[in-house]
Amino acid sequence: MHSAQGQDDHALRFVLPSNPSAVRETLAEARTVLIGRGVNESAFGTCELVLAEVLNNIVEHAYNDSGEGHIKVELTLNDQELAARIEDSGTAMPDEQLPTGALASLDVPVEDLPEGGFGWFMIRSITQELTYRRKDGVNFLDFTIPLSELG
Amino acid sequence: MNFLTQTHGSIEVITVDADRIDAAVAIQFKDQMREAVAETGDRVILNLENVAFIDSSGLGAIVAAMKLMPDGKKLELAGLTTTVDKVFRMTRMDSIFAIHSDVDSAVQNAA
Repeated sequence: MHSAQGQDDHALRFVLPSNPSAVRETLAEARTVLIGRGVNESAFGTCELVLAEVLNNIVEHAYNDSGEGHIKVELTLNDQELAARIEDSGTAMPDEQLPTGALASLDVPVEDLPEGGFGWFMIRSITQELTYRRKDGVNFLDFTIPLSELG
Repeated sequence: MNFLTQTHGSIEVITVDADRIDAAVAIQFKDQMREAVAETGDRVILNLENVAFIDSSGLGAIVAAMKLMPDGKKLELAGLTTTVDKVFRMTRMDSIFAIHSDVDSAVQNAA
């Protein structure tokens, strides 16, 4: 299932199969390690939210819920931020660009309220230095999450 | 995923006995909510005090549950934990749901 965590540096590395329960397990392992390294619960919750959205998007869209394929996660914790690199070999983003992540209007009747489209909005709201690139059949997503501003 | 349902007069309180509503369980959650709200009292309060984490799939499932309410009744929320509260505020869904700090205050306050 999962690869072992970090090597001699501070990076945490995971390779997980593309399915929702593996995403859960990875998030639980990341919680244990990052909380152990001093990230507070609230800040980890915010990191977990971003990682969950990114990883679930890969499971659902890049790998189209096939259950096949793997995802590589590398997390580096600094004093002020968590830096992440996520790689997968699934389908490229549409037009090889990140979704804009605009929120649908909430000023609508209840039956028309949006039930999706929140993921990229939250990723974009929380992360900094968000970049996506496609190279040799691999999707690379990089971002940082500032920890100092999280209570 | 277990739901605990209690009735306080005409108020139904549904307590989610799970620590996550995420992509892995969102469909199951929605299906169970469909049953849970089929015959309701005047008010339905979804108690999320045990839920430490929701993602966008979980949020979508809670919005979907609101749409399942009969006769245009509103689904109210109580007991949002830190990260759950953050998700509702960030997506502005806190403007759509009546949100109570906990079940006691939800039961005491008329919507």
